[in-house]
Amino acid sequence: MLKIKNLESGYGKLKVLRKISIHVNPGEIVTIIGANGAGKTTLLNSIAGLVRLKSGEILFDKQDVLKFPPEKIVFMGCSLVPEGRQVFSTMTVKENLILGAYVQQRRKQRVIDLESIYSIFPVLKEREKQLAGTLSGGEQQMLAIGRALMAKPKLIMMDEPSMGLAPLIVKEIFNIVKRLRDEGNTVLLVEQNAKAALGIANRGYVLETGRIVLEGSSEDLLSNRDVQRAYLGRDLDSEMKI
Amino acid sequence: MNIELFFQYIVAGITYGAIYSIVAIGFNIIYNTTGIINFAQGEFVMIGGMTAVTLHSFFPLPYAILLAVIITMIAGALIEIIFIRWLVNPSVLRMIIITIGISILLREAALYIWGEKVRGLPYFTGTSVSSLSIGGVHVSPQVLWVIGISAVIVVALNLFFSYTMPGRQMRACASNRDAARLCGVSASNMITLSFVLSAGIGALAGCVVSPITYVQYESGTGLAIKGFTVAILGGLGNSMAAVAAGLILGILESLSIWVMPTAYKDVISISILLLMLFVKPSGLFGSKEAASLKEF
Repeated sequence: MLKIKNLESGYGKLKVLRKISIHVNPGEIVTIIGANGAGKTTLLNSIAGLVRLKSGEILFDKQDVLKFPPEKIVFMGCSLVPEGRQVFSTMTVKENLILGAYVQQRRKQRVIDLESIYSIFPVLKEREKQLAGTLSGGEQQMLAIGRALMAKPKLIMMDEPSMGLAPLIVKEIFNIVKRLRDEGNTVLLVEQNAKAALGIANRGYVLETGRIVLEGSSEDLLSNRDVQRAYLGRDLDSEMKI
Repeated sequence: MNIELFFQYIVAGITYGAIYSIVAIGFNIIYNTTGIINFAQGEFVMIGGMTAVTLHSFFPLPYAILLAVIITMIAGALIEIIFIRWLVNPSVLRMIIITIGISILLREAALYIWGEKVRGLPYFTGTSVSSLSIGGVHVSPQVLWVIGISAVIVVALNLFFSYTMPGRQMRACASNRDAARLCGVSASNMITLSFVLSAGIGALAGCVVSPITYVQYESGTGLAIKGFTVAILGGLGNSMAAVAAGLILGILESLSIWVMPTAYKDVISISILLLMLFVKPSGLFGSKEAASLKEF
Protein backbone atom coordinates (compact mmCIF):
# COMPACT_ATOMS: atom_id res chain seq x y z
CA MET A 1 0.00 0.00 0.00
CA LEU A 2 2.76 2.40 1.00
CA LYS A 3 6.32 1.96 -0.20
CA ILE A 4 9.09 4.36 0.63
CA LYS A 5 12.54 4.11 -0.98
CA ASN A 6 15.67 5.96 0.09
CA LEU A 7 13.76 8.91 1.45
CA GLU A 8 15.83 11.90 2.52
CA SER A 9 14.07 14.83 4.05
CA GLY A 10 14.65 17.79 6.31
CA TYR A 11 14.18 21.47 6.93
CA GLY A 12 16.33 23.90 4.95
CA LYS A 13 19.92 22.71 5.06
CA LEU A 14 19.24 20.40 7.97
CA LYS A 15 18.88 16.79 6.93
CA VAL A 16 16.65 14.92 9.36
CA LEU A 17 16.00 11.64 7.54
CA ARG A 18 18.64 9.60 5.72
CA LYS A 19 17.95 6.74 3.29
CA ILE A 20 14.71 5.64 4.86
CA SER A 21 13.03 2.65 3.21
CA ILE A 22 9.86 1.23 4.69
CA HIS A 23 6.68 -0.37 3.43
CA VAL A 24 3.19 -0.91 4.77
CA ASN A 25 0.94 -3.72 3.55
CA PRO A 26 -2.86 -3.48 3.52
CA GLY A 27 -4.59 -4.49 6.73
CA GLU A 28 -1.64 -4.27 9.09
CA ILE A 29 -0.50 -1.96 11.83
CA VAL A 30 3.07 -0.92 11.27
CA THR A 31 4.75 1.06 13.99
CA ILE A 32 7.79 3.27 13.90
CA ILE A 33 9.36 3.68 17.30
CA GLY A 34 12.17 5.93 18.30
CA ALA A 35 13.27 8.55 20.78
CA ASN A 36 12.58 12.25 20.70
CA GLY A 37 14.21 13.91 17.71
CA ALA A 38 14.77 10.66 15.82
CA GLY A 39 12.76 12.06 12.89
CA LYS A 40 9.48 10.21 13.37
CA THR A 41 7.27 13.25 12.89
CA THR A 42 9.35 14.46 9.94
CA LEU A 43 8.84 11.06 8.31
CA LEU A 44 5.05 11.21 8.64
CA ASN A 45 4.93 14.86 7.60
CA SER A 46 6.99 13.99 4.51
CA ILE A 47 4.53 11.27 3.54
CA ALA A 48 1.58 13.61 4.14
CA GLY A 49 3.23 16.30 2.01
CA LEU A 50 3.73 18.88 4.76
CA VAL A 51 7.52 18.58 4.47
CA ARG A 52 9.21 18.60 1.08
CA LEU A 53 11.51 15.72 0.26
CA LYS A 54 15.14 16.16 -0.67
CA SER A 55 15.30 12.88 -2.53
CA GLY A 56 13.83 9.40 -2.63
CA GLU A 57 10.40 8.22 -3.56
CA ILE A 58 7.09 7.60 -1.85
CA LEU A 59 4.65 5.32 -3.61
CA PHE A 60 1.13 5.25 -2.25
CA ASP A 61 -1.13 2.77 -4.01
CA LYS A 62 1.57 2.53 -6.71
CA GLN A 63 1.24 6.29 -7.31
CA ASP A 64 4.08 8.69 -6.72
CA VAL A 65 2.91 11.25 -4.13
CA LEU A 66 6.05 13.36 -4.32
CA LYS A 67 4.65 16.13 -6.44
CA PHE A 68 1.41 16.57 -4.53
CA PRO A 69 0.49 19.05 -1.80
CA PRO A 70 -1.06 17.68 1.43
CA GLU A 71 -4.63 18.41 0.34
CA LYS A 72 -4.20 16.19 -2.74
CA ILE A 73 -2.57 13.36 -0.82
CA VAL A 74 -5.60 13.21 1.50
CA PHE A 75 -7.80 12.74 -1.56
CA MET A 76 -5.67 9.78 -2.61
CA GLY A 77 -6.66 8.10 0.67
CA CYS A 78 -3.74 8.78 2.96
CA SER A 79 -4.79 10.61 6.16
CA LEU A 80 -2.57 11.89 8.94
CA VAL A 81 -3.58 12.35 12.57
CA PRO A 82 -1.01 15.02 13.35
CA GLU A 83 1.21 15.23 16.40
CA GLY A 84 -0.37 17.14 19.24
CA ARG A 85 -3.88 16.44 17.92
CA GLN A 86 -4.33 19.79 16.09
CA VAL A 87 -8.11 19.87 16.32
CA PHE A 88 -9.89 23.04 15.20
CA SER A 89 -10.22 24.33 18.72
CA THR A 90 -12.54 27.23 17.91
CA MET A 91 -15.04 24.95 16.20
CA THR A 92 -17.46 22.40 17.61
CA VAL A 93 -16.78 18.68 17.72
CA LYS A 94 -19.38 18.10 15.05
CA GLU A 95 -17.89 20.75 12.76
CA ASN A 96 -14.46 19.18 13.16
CA LEU A 97 -15.87 15.85 12.00
CA ILE A 98 -17.78 17.45 9.13
CA LEU A 99 -14.55 19.06 7.91
CA GLY A 100 -12.96 15.64 8.03
CA ALA A 101 -15.70 14.45 5.69
CA TYR A 102 -14.92 17.12 3.09
CA VAL A 103 -12.82 14.64 1.14
CA GLN A 104 -15.74 12.21 1.04
CA GLN A 105 -18.10 14.97 -0.07
CA ARG A 106 -15.83 15.81 -2.97
CA ARG A 107 -15.93 12.12 -3.86
CA LYS A 108 -19.69 12.62 -4.28
CA GLN A 109 -20.65 10.93 -1.02
CA ARG A 110 -23.44 13.30 -0.04
CA VAL A 111 -24.26 11.69 3.30
CA ILE A 112 -21.98 12.63 6.15
CA ASP A 113 -21.61 9.47 8.18
CA LEU A 114 -21.15 10.80 11.71
CA GLU A 115 -22.75 7.75 13.31
CA SER A 116 -19.93 5.36 12.46
CA ILE A 117 -17.50 7.66 14.26
CA TYR A 118 -19.85 8.09 17.21
CA SER A 119 -20.11 4.31 17.52
CA ILE A 120 -16.33 4.09 17.88
CA PHE A 121 -16.11 7.15 20.14
CA PRO A 122 -19.43 7.50 22.03
CA VAL A 123 -17.98 10.36 24.08
CA LEU A 124 -17.76 12.51 20.93
CA LYS A 125 -21.51 12.26 20.49
CA GLU A 126 -22.04 13.53 24.03
CA ARG A 127 -19.69 16.42 23.31
CA GLU A 128 -21.05 17.07 19.79
CA LYS A 129 -21.91 20.74 20.36
CA GLN A 130 -18.92 21.60 22.53
CA LEU A 131 -15.97 23.57 21.18
CA ALA A 132 -13.11 21.18 20.45
CA GLY A 133 -10.72 23.35 22.47
CA THR A 134 -12.69 22.60 25.64
CA LEU A 135 -12.24 18.82 25.37
CA SER A 136 -9.77 16.87 27.49
CA GLY A 137 -6.56 15.66 25.87
CA GLY A 138 -7.86 12.14 25.39
CA GLU A 139 -11.11 13.38 23.87
CA GLN A 140 -9.19 15.67 21.52
CA GLN A 141 -7.08 12.71 20.42
CA MET A 142 -10.25 10.72 19.74
CA LEU A 143 -11.63 13.67 17.79
CA ALA A 144 -8.43 13.95 15.75
CA ILE A 145 -8.62 10.24 14.90
CA GLY A 146 -12.33 10.52 14.19
CA ARG A 147 -11.75 13.50 11.90
CA ALA A 148 -9.16 11.56 9.91
CA LEU A 149 -11.45 8.52 9.70
CA MET A 150 -14.26 10.67 8.27
CA ALA A 151 -12.25 10.81 5.03
CA LYS A 152 -12.49 7.00 4.84
CA PRO A 153 -8.74 6.71 4.26
CA LYS A 154 -7.02 3.63 2.87
CA LEU A 155 -4.10 4.36 5.16
CA ILE A 156 -4.34 6.23 8.44
CA MET A 157 -1.10 7.57 9.89
CA MET A 158 -0.99 8.51 13.56
CA ASP A 159 1.70 10.65 15.09
CA GLU A 160 2.16 9.91 18.81
CA PRO A 161 -1.46 9.39 19.76
CA SER A 162 -0.38 8.62 23.33
CA MET A 163 1.40 11.93 23.81
CA GLY A 164 0.54 13.58 27.11
CA LEU A 165 -2.27 11.20 27.96
CA ALA A 166 -2.95 9.25 31.16
CA PRO A 167 -2.06 5.52 30.96
CA LEU A 168 -5.69 4.46 31.09
CA ILE A 169 -6.60 6.71 28.16
CA VAL A 170 -3.56 5.50 26.22
CA LYS A 171 -4.83 1.95 26.66
CA GLU A 172 -8.24 2.96 25.39
CA ILE A 173 -6.78 4.71 22.34
CA PHE A 174 -4.57 1.74 21.50
CA ASN A 175 -7.54 -0.63 21.82
CA ILE A 176 -9.34 1.53 19.30
CA VAL A 177 -6.37 1.48 16.92
CA LYS A 178 -6.37 -2.31 17.20
CA ARG A 179 -10.08 -2.40 16.54
CA LEU A 180 -9.62 -0.21 13.45
CA ARG A 181 -7.11 -2.73 12.10
CA ASP A 182 -9.43 -5.62 12.85
CA GLU A 183 -12.12 -3.81 10.86
CA GLY A 184 -9.79 -3.82 7.85
CA ASN A 185 -8.01 -0.47 8.16
CA THR A 186 -4.31 0.00 7.58
CA VAL A 187 -2.42 1.98 10.20
CA LEU A 188 1.03 3.50 10.30
CA LEU A 189 1.65 4.32 13.93
CA VAL A 190 4.51 6.46 15.13
CA GLU A 191 5.18 6.18 18.85
CA GLN A 192 7.57 6.91 21.65
CA ASN A 193 5.61 4.50 23.81
CA ALA A 194 7.33 1.50 22.25
CA LYS A 195 5.79 -1.11 24.51
CA ALA A 196 2.20 -0.12 23.82
CA ALA A 197 2.86 0.34 20.10
CA LEU A 198 4.62 -3.00 19.62
CA GLY A 199 1.86 -4.59 21.70
CA ILE A 200 -0.71 -3.99 18.96
CA ALA A 201 1.43 -3.73 15.82
CA ASN A 202 2.15 -6.47 13.29
CA ARG A 203 5.55 -5.11 12.36
CA GLY A 204 7.82 -2.35 13.47
CA TYR A 205 10.76 -0.20 12.53
CA VAL A 206 13.20 1.42 14.92
CA LEU A 207 14.25 4.91 13.91
CA GLU A 208 17.39 6.39 15.40
CA THR A 209 18.78 9.82 14.46
CA GLY A 210 17.18 9.72 11.04
CA ARG A 211 18.02 6.13 10.10
CA ILE A 212 16.16 2.86 10.31
CA VAL A 213 18.39 0.74 12.53
CA LEU A 214 16.14 -2.26 13.05
CA GLU A 215 13.05 -3.78 11.55
CA GLY A 216 11.02 -6.89 12.13
CA SER A 217 7.85 -8.39 13.47
CA SER A 218 6.59 -6.96 16.75
CA GLU A 219 7.48 -10.15 18.64
CA ASP A 220 11.05 -10.06 17.35
CA LEU A 221 11.45 -6.41 18.25
CA LEU A 222 9.90 -6.91 21.68
CA SER A 223 12.40 -9.63 22.46
CA ASN A 224 15.33 -7.79 20.93
CA ARG A 225 17.92 -6.87 23.50
CA ASP A 226 18.77 -3.43 22.09
CA VAL A 227 15.13 -2.50 21.80
CA GLN A 228 14.48 -3.63 25.34
CA ARG A 229 17.35 -1.62 26.70
CA ALA A 230 16.77 1.51 24.68
CA TYR A 231 12.99 1.71 24.48
CA LEU A 232 11.37 -0.62 26.95
CA GLY A 233 13.35 0.44 29.99
CA ARG A 234 14.72 -3.02 30.71
CA ASP A 235 18.35 -3.87 31.03
CA LEU A 236 18.69 -7.63 30.62
CA ASP A 237 22.40 -7.67 31.41
CA SER A 238 21.97 -6.13 34.81
CA GLU A 239 18.84 -8.17 35.46
CA MET A 240 20.80 -11.35 34.86
CA LYS A 241 23.48 -10.36 37.31
CA ILE A 242 20.89 -10.19 40.08
CA MET B 1 -29.03 69.43 25.63
CA ASN B 2 -31.84 68.68 23.29
CA ILE B 3 -32.95 65.04 23.49
CA GLU B 4 -34.15 64.93 19.89
CA LEU B 5 -30.88 66.33 18.63
CA PHE B 6 -29.10 63.74 20.73
CA PHE B 7 -30.97 60.93 18.97
CA GLN B 8 -30.31 62.60 15.64
CA TYR B 9 -26.61 62.33 16.35
CA ILE B 10 -26.96 58.76 17.50
CA VAL B 11 -28.64 57.77 14.24
CA ALA B 12 -25.91 59.49 12.25
CA GLY B 13 -23.33 57.70 14.38
CA ILE B 14 -24.95 54.32 13.79
CA THR B 15 -24.95 54.93 10.05
CA TYR B 16 -21.24 55.66 9.88
CA GLY B 17 -20.56 52.99 12.47
CA ALA B 18 -22.29 50.40 10.31
CA ILE B 19 -20.00 51.21 7.38
CA TYR B 20 -16.90 51.16 9.59
CA SER B 21 -18.00 47.76 10.86
CA ILE B 22 -18.32 46.37 7.35
CA VAL B 23 -14.86 47.64 6.42
CA ALA B 24 -13.50 46.16 9.67
CA ILE B 25 -15.16 42.81 8.94
CA GLY B 26 -13.42 42.88 5.56
CA PHE B 27 -10.11 43.33 7.38
CA ASN B 28 -10.96 40.49 9.75
CA ILE B 29 -11.93 37.97 7.08
CA ILE B 30 -8.57 38.32 5.35
CA TYR B 31 -6.71 38.55 8.65
CA ASN B 32 -8.26 35.29 9.84
CA THR B 33 -7.25 33.25 6.81
CA THR B 34 -3.87 34.84 6.08
CA GLY B 35 -2.72 36.55 9.27
CA ILE B 36 -2.16 39.81 7.42
CA ILE B 37 -3.87 43.18 7.35
CA ASN B 38 -4.97 43.99 3.84
CA PHE B 39 -4.44 47.72 3.63
CA ALA B 40 -6.18 47.77 0.26
CA GLN B 41 -9.51 47.05 1.97
CA GLY B 42 -10.62 50.69 1.73
CA GLU B 43 -9.89 50.64 -2.00
CA PHE B 44 -12.38 47.80 -2.44
CA VAL B 45 -15.05 50.10 -1.00
CA MET B 46 -13.97 52.91 -3.32
CA ILE B 47 -13.86 50.68 -6.42
CA GLY B 48 -17.31 49.29 -5.59
CA GLY B 49 -18.79 52.77 -5.30
CA MET B 50 -17.04 54.19 -8.38
CA THR B 51 -17.85 51.21 -10.59
CA ALA B 52 -21.49 51.33 -9.56
CA VAL B 53 -21.71 55.03 -10.39
CA THR B 54 -20.24 54.41 -13.84
CA LEU B 55 -22.42 51.38 -14.51
CA HIS B 56 -25.51 53.28 -13.37
CA SER B 57 -25.40 55.32 -16.57
CA PHE B 58 -26.02 52.09 -18.48
CA PHE B 59 -28.07 49.92 -16.13
CA PRO B 60 -30.83 50.39 -13.57
CA LEU B 61 -29.56 50.88 -10.01
CA PRO B 62 -29.93 47.31 -8.63
CA TYR B 63 -28.11 45.78 -11.62
CA ALA B 64 -25.41 48.43 -11.51
CA ILE B 65 -24.76 47.62 -7.85
CA LEU B 66 -24.83 43.88 -8.43
CA LEU B 67 -22.40 44.17 -11.34
CA ALA B 68 -20.14 46.52 -9.36
CA VAL B 69 -19.99 44.02 -6.50
CA ILE B 70 -19.17 41.17 -8.88
CA ILE B 71 -16.50 43.21 -10.69
CA THR B 72 -14.88 44.16 -7.39
CA MET B 73 -14.94 40.51 -6.27
CA ILE B 74 -13.17 39.53 -9.48
CA ALA B 75 -10.66 42.32 -8.88
CA GLY B 76 -10.13 40.96 -5.34
CA ALA B 77 -9.51 37.47 -6.68
CA LEU B 78 -7.10 38.75 -9.33
CA ILE B 79 -5.17 40.78 -6.77
CA GLU B 80 -4.72 37.71 -4.60
CA ILE B 81 -3.77 35.47 -7.52
CA ILE B 82 -1.34 37.97 -9.06
CA PHE B 83 0.33 39.44 -5.96
CA ILE B 84 -0.06 37.03 -3.08
CA ARG B 85 -0.65 33.42 -4.10
CA TRP B 86 2.80 32.66 -5.51
CA LEU B 87 4.66 33.86 -2.42
CA VAL B 88 6.19 30.97 -0.51
CA ASN B 89 6.11 31.57 3.24
CA PRO B 90 6.27 35.35 3.01
CA SER B 91 6.99 37.28 6.18
CA VAL B 92 4.14 39.27 7.70
CA LEU B 93 5.98 42.53 7.06
CA ARG B 94 6.48 41.69 3.38
CA MET B 95 2.79 40.85 2.95
CA ILE B 96 1.74 44.10 4.61
CA ILE B 97 4.00 46.18 2.41
CA ILE B 98 2.61 44.36 -0.62
CA THR B 99 -0.96 45.26 0.40
CA ILE B 100 0.05 48.90 0.91
CA GLY B 101 1.53 48.80 -2.58
CA ILE B 102 -1.68 47.32 -3.96
CA SER B 103 -3.68 50.05 -2.27
CA ILE B 104 -1.54 52.78 -3.89
CA LEU B 105 -1.79 51.00 -7.23
CA LEU B 106 -5.59 50.80 -7.04
CA ARG B 107 -5.89 54.43 -6.00
CA GLU B 108 -3.75 55.62 -8.89
CA ALA B 109 -5.62 53.38 -11.32
CA ALA B 110 -8.89 54.89 -10.07
CA LEU B 111 -7.48 58.39 -10.53
CA TYR B 112 -6.51 57.47 -14.08
CA ILE B 113 -9.90 55.94 -14.91
CA TRP B 114 -12.29 58.26 -13.11
CA GLY B 115 -10.32 61.44 -12.50
CA GLU B 116 -10.59 63.53 -9.36
CA LYS B 117 -14.30 64.12 -9.67
CA VAL B 118 -16.41 63.33 -6.62
CA ARG B 119 -19.35 61.09 -7.49
CA GLY B 120 -22.27 59.43 -5.82
CA LEU B 121 -25.10 57.06 -6.61
CA PRO B 122 -28.62 58.50 -6.39
CA TYR B 123 -30.59 57.83 -3.22
CA PHE B 124 -32.01 54.30 -3.38
CA THR B 125 -35.46 55.56 -2.38
CA GLY B 126 -36.59 59.14 -2.30
CA THR B 127 -34.16 62.03 -2.75
CA SER B 128 -31.49 63.74 -0.69
CA VAL B 129 -34.11 65.88 1.02
CA SER B 130 -36.74 63.26 1.80
CA SER B 131 -36.83 62.04 5.36
CA LEU B 132 -38.82 59.77 7.60
CA SER B 133 -39.78 60.81 11.08
CA ILE B 134 -39.20 58.07 13.63
CA GLY B 135 -40.22 59.19 17.09
CA GLY B 136 -39.39 62.79 16.29
CA VAL B 137 -36.01 61.92 14.81
CA HIS B 138 -35.62 62.73 11.14
CA VAL B 139 -33.96 59.95 9.24
CA SER B 140 -33.03 59.84 5.59
CA PRO B 141 -34.29 56.66 3.91
CA GLN B 142 -30.73 56.04 2.72
CA VAL B 143 -29.69 55.75 6.36
CA LEU B 144 -32.13 52.89 6.74
CA TRP B 145 -30.65 51.30 3.60
CA VAL B 146 -27.15 51.57 5.04
CA ILE B 147 -28.12 50.11 8.40
CA GLY B 148 -30.34 47.46 6.83
CA ILE B 149 -27.80 46.25 4.27
CA SER B 150 -25.03 46.24 6.88
CA ALA B 151 -27.22 44.08 9.11
CA VAL B 152 -27.97 41.74 6.21
CA ILE B 153 -24.24 41.45 5.42
CA VAL B 154 -23.45 40.58 9.05
CA VAL B 155 -26.22 37.98 9.31
CA ALA B 156 -25.40 36.47 5.91
CA LEU B 157 -21.70 36.21 6.77
CA ASN B 158 -22.55 34.53 10.05
CA LEU B 159 -24.72 31.97 8.29
CA PHE B 160 -22.03 31.45 5.69
CA PHE B 161 -19.32 30.82 8.26
CA SER B 162 -21.48 28.60 10.47
CA TYR B 163 -23.41 26.45 8.05
CA THR B 164 -21.67 26.12 4.69
CA MET B 165 -18.69 23.95 3.81
CA PRO B 166 -16.59 26.80 2.36
CA GLY B 167 -17.38 28.92 5.42
CA ARG B 168 -16.34 26.17 7.78
CA GLN B 169 -13.23 25.55 5.71
CA MET B 170 -12.25 29.19 6.02
CA ARG B 171 -12.68 29.01 9.78
CA ALA B 172 -10.68 25.78 9.84
CA CYS B 173 -7.87 27.51 7.95
CA ALA B 174 -7.98 30.35 10.45
CA SER B 175 -7.92 27.91 13.36
CA ASN B 176 -5.15 25.60 12.16
CA ARG B 177 -3.91 25.82 8.60
CA ASP B 178 -1.90 22.60 8.45
CA ALA B 179 -4.72 20.58 10.00
CA ALA B 180 -7.11 22.09 7.45
CA ARG B 181 -4.83 21.01 4.62
CA LEU B 182 -4.73 17.51 6.12
CA CYS B 183 -8.54 17.51 5.80
CA GLY B 184 -8.15 18.18 2.07
CA VAL B 185 -8.84 21.90 2.27
CA SER B 186 -6.79 23.93 -0.18
CA ALA B 187 -5.50 26.78 1.96
CA SER B 188 -4.54 28.90 -1.04
CA ASN B 189 -8.06 28.66 -2.46
CA MET B 190 -9.43 29.74 0.92
CA ILE B 191 -7.17 32.79 0.85
CA THR B 192 -8.46 33.69 -2.61
CA LEU B 193 -12.00 33.21 -1.34
CA SER B 194 -11.31 35.50 1.62
CA PHE B 195 -10.16 38.25 -0.76
CA VAL B 196 -13.26 37.71 -2.91
CA LEU B 197 -15.56 37.94 0.11
CA SER B 198 -13.84 41.00 1.55
CA ALA B 199 -13.90 42.73 -1.82
CA GLY B 200 -17.59 41.87 -2.25
CA ILE B 201 -18.80 43.17 1.09
CA GLY B 202 -16.52 46.21 0.79
CA ALA B 203 -17.97 47.02 -2.62
CA LEU B 204 -21.54 46.60 -1.39
CA ALA B 205 -20.82 48.92 1.52
CA GLY B 206 -19.29 51.41 -0.91
CA CYS B 207 -22.46 51.37 -3.02
CA VAL B 208 -24.96 51.91 -0.20
CA VAL B 209 -22.98 54.64 1.47
CA SER B 210 -22.03 56.58 -1.68
CA PRO B 211 -25.27 58.63 -1.89
CA ILE B 212 -24.53 60.03 1.60
CA THR B 213 -20.75 60.35 1.72
CA TYR B 214 -19.95 60.43 -2.00
CA VAL B 215 -16.95 58.63 -3.38
CA GLN B 216 -13.72 59.75 -4.97
CA TYR B 217 -10.53 57.97 -6.05
CA GLU B 218 -8.92 58.51 -2.65
CA SER B 219 -11.89 58.00 -0.35
CA GLY B 220 -10.76 54.46 0.40
CA THR B 221 -7.86 55.58 2.56
CA GLY B 222 -9.97 57.35 5.15
CA LEU B 223 -12.37 54.42 5.38
CA ALA B 224 -9.48 51.99 5.71
CA ILE B 225 -8.13 53.92 8.69
CA LYS B 226 -11.56 53.96 10.35
CA GLY B 227 -12.11 50.32 9.58
CA PHE B 228 -8.68 49.42 10.89
CA THR B 229 -9.34 51.36 14.11
CA VAL B 230 -12.59 49.46 14.54
CA ALA B 231 -10.93 46.11 13.87
CA ILE B 232 -8.29 46.87 16.51
CA LEU B 233 -10.87 48.28 18.93
CA GLY B 234 -12.96 45.13 18.71
CA GLY B 235 -10.00 42.77 18.65
CA LEU B 236 -8.41 41.68 15.36
CA GLY B 237 -10.12 38.72 13.77
CA ASN B 238 -13.32 39.00 15.77
CA SER B 239 -16.06 40.03 13.35
CA MET B 240 -18.93 40.29 15.83
CA ALA B 241 -16.83 42.50 18.08
CA ALA B 242 -16.12 44.64 15.03
CA VAL B 243 -19.84 45.40 14.75
CA ALA B 244 -20.00 46.61 18.35
CA ALA B 245 -16.74 48.53 18.02
CA GLY B 246 -17.89 50.11 14.76
CA LEU B 247 -21.08 51.39 16.36
CA ILE B 248 -19.11 52.71 19.34
CA LEU B 249 -16.70 54.61 17.09
CA GLY B 250 -19.47 55.92 14.86
CA ILE B 251 -21.50 57.23 17.80
CA LEU B 252 -18.44 58.71 19.54
CA GLU B 253 -17.47 60.55 16.37
CA SER B 254 -20.94 61.80 15.87
CA LEU B 255 -21.33 63.05 19.45
CA SER B 256 -17.90 64.67 19.38
CA ILE B 257 -19.42 67.42 17.28
CA TRP B 258 -20.85 68.72 20.52
CA VAL B 259 -17.51 69.42 22.08
CA MET B 260 -15.21 69.85 19.09
CA PRO B 261 -15.43 71.38 15.64
CA THR B 262 -16.39 68.83 12.94
CA ALA B 263 -13.00 69.17 11.34
CA TYR B 264 -11.48 67.34 14.30
CA LYS B 265 -13.79 64.33 13.93
CA ASP B 266 -11.03 62.11 12.60
CA VAL B 267 -8.91 62.87 15.65
CA ILE B 268 -11.28 60.67 17.66
CA SER B 269 -10.57 57.55 15.67
CA ILE B 270 -6.83 58.11 15.45
CA SER B 271 -6.65 58.73 19.21
CA ILE B 272 -8.66 55.59 19.91
CA LEU B 273 -6.41 53.61 17.57
CA LEU B 274 -3.24 54.83 19.29
CA LEU B 275 -4.72 54.42 22.76
CA MET B 276 -5.79 50.85 22.04
CA LEU B 277 -2.44 49.93 20.52
CA PHE B 278 -0.66 51.30 23.59
CA VAL B 279 -2.99 50.06 26.31
CA LYS B 280 -4.87 47.01 25.08
CA PRO B 281 -3.73 45.79 21.67
CA SER B 282 -5.95 42.72 22.01
CA GLY B 283 -9.00 44.97 21.67
CA LEU B 284 -12.03 45.59 23.87
CA PHE B 285 -13.40 42.10 23.37
CA GLY B 286 -10.22 40.17 22.66
CA SER B 287 -8.53 37.95 25.18
CA LYS B 288 -4.89 38.35 26.15
CA GLU B 289 -4.07 34.75 25.33
CA ALA B 290 -5.49 35.05 21.82
CA ALA B 291 -3.48 38.23 21.26
CA SER B 292 -0.24 36.64 22.41
CA LEU B 293 -0.63 33.95 19.75
CA LYS B 294 -0.91 36.49 16.98
CA GLU B 295 2.07 37.13 14.80
CA PHE B 296 0.95 40.64 14.19
